[in-house]
Amino acid sequence: MATETAAAHGDEGGLVFHPMDQFIVTPLFGDGPVHWYTITNVTLWMALAIVAVIVLMVLATSRRATIPSRGQSIAELAYGFVYKMVEDVAGKDAVGFFPYIMTLFLFIVSANFLGLIPMSFTTTSHFAVTVVLALAVFLTVTIYGFMKNGSKFLGLFWVASAPLALRPILAIIEVISYFVRPVSHSIRLAGNVMAGHAVIKVFAGFAAIAVISPVSVVAITAMYGLEVLVAFIQAYVFTILTCVYLKDALHPGH
Amino acid sequence: MPQLDFSTWGNQIFWLIVTLIAIYFILSRIALPRISAVLAERTGTITNDIAAAEDLKQKAKDAEAAYEKALADARVEANRIVAETRSEIQADLDAATAKADAEIAAKTAEGEKAIAEIRANAMESVETVAKDTAQAIVSGLGFSAEAASVDKAVADRMKG
Amino acid sequence: MEGDLAHIGAGLAAIGSGAAAIGVGNVAGNFLSGALRNPSAAGGQTATLFIGIAFAEALGIFAFLVALLLMFAV
Repeated sequence: MATETAAAHGDEGGLVFHPMDQFIVTPLFGDGPVHWYTITNVTLWMALAIVAVIVLMVLATSRRATIPSRGQSIAELAYGFVYKMVEDVAGKDAVGFFPYIMTLFLFIVSANFLGLIPMSFTTTSHFAVTVVLALAVFLTVTIYGFMKNGSKFLGLFWVASAPLALRPILAIIEVISYFVRPVSHSIRLAGNVMAGHAVIKVFAGFAAIAVISPVSVVAITAMYGLEVLVAFIQAYVFTILTCVYLKDALHPGH
Repeated sequence: MPQLDFSTWGNQIFWLIVTLIAIYFILSRIALPRISAVLAERTGTITNDIAAAEDLKQKAKDAEAAYEKALADARVEANRIVAETRSEIQADLDAATAKADAEIAAKTAEGEKAIAEIRANAMESVETVAKDTAQAIVSGLGFSAEAASVDKAVADRMKG
Repeated sequence: MEGDLAHIGAGLAAIGSGAAAIGVGNVAGNFLSGALRNPSAAGGQTATLFIGIAFAEALGIFAFLVALLLMFAV
């Protein structure tokens, strides 16, 4: 991959920053164009995410032990964590959505952590991925909200507790904020992950200067620690915001 | 910026949907039912264990109560025996006391009777002696006196 | 790296990250002062804390995104 990158930019030499090159989608076999069915590095790292989920949630729990092993404890912890989040934030009647939310959480968390492996490709740093995730949540919430509550779902935008004169203005603001949700929902995740990886790459670029390289290594280490935290927190935030939006669909009105 | 290279979006979205569907089915078909079963089983085991412990505790409490009851019964029985024995002894003692009292009273009465007899005898003797003495004195003085009048005088004197 | 107006704009947009940092600091600091006043209620509000931080941070990420667009896409 390094040679491809160098080839793409020409050999400039000296202090070069290509922090965004790590996000390039390339075919895994050969150099052809990227069609929708082409097996690319996206495919590879998403497949690894599936493998990680299988290892964590299926293989680790295969013994069904009453006294759990270490792996099973982690799986049960993840289960309890997301289940409690759905129940507490979205309400008890939202547990039907639990497998869906668990899928989102586990995919994002494993993709984020796999992206932290050096030389890896981070699927969640792409807007294509996060926009689809956020749109899926947005459409689910909107369609389910209308299905369950009918026209009463529009009460979400009509703040009954506000003075009557203010309500139309508030309704406009509420509608705008409702439609901004998928935008911020997707850009937050991709932006955070992308920013962290790009910053690490920029520090790595400084390492080319021998004098600065120790500072650069320390900075990379510190950023890496922060990124480990961000990888989890962004998955958590994405999931909990999904639950918050779902609560609006189940119980519209403030 | 590779993120805005829209020619790769179709590829990414396709593989993302494949991935999400795969994870969804793995979770909803295998992993989540299994974990919830394990958790339910564990909750059941814990509940059972707690119930068993509760049962044993209850048993221990019952045993303790029975022991306490037996102890209390024994104590009551002991008290009863003590009281019985005490009353028996008291009765014996009372009987013995009464008997002794009666004997003592009898002896006292006998003694008193004897004393009275002795006193009476003594009194009689004194009278006889006094009469004899008075007769002797009167005759010694040269007077002749009738025995009857001397006796009378002595008896008067002794009464006075 | 020849300088042009797009790079200047990118640098200006990066100021937004600092603004987001102030916002996130505000959220976390106020949470902490509230949590120290009433530690028993703090545990239940960590979800709210993270939601607040996420909203504040998203706007900083928008600034970062604008900077990136100016650097690489324009």
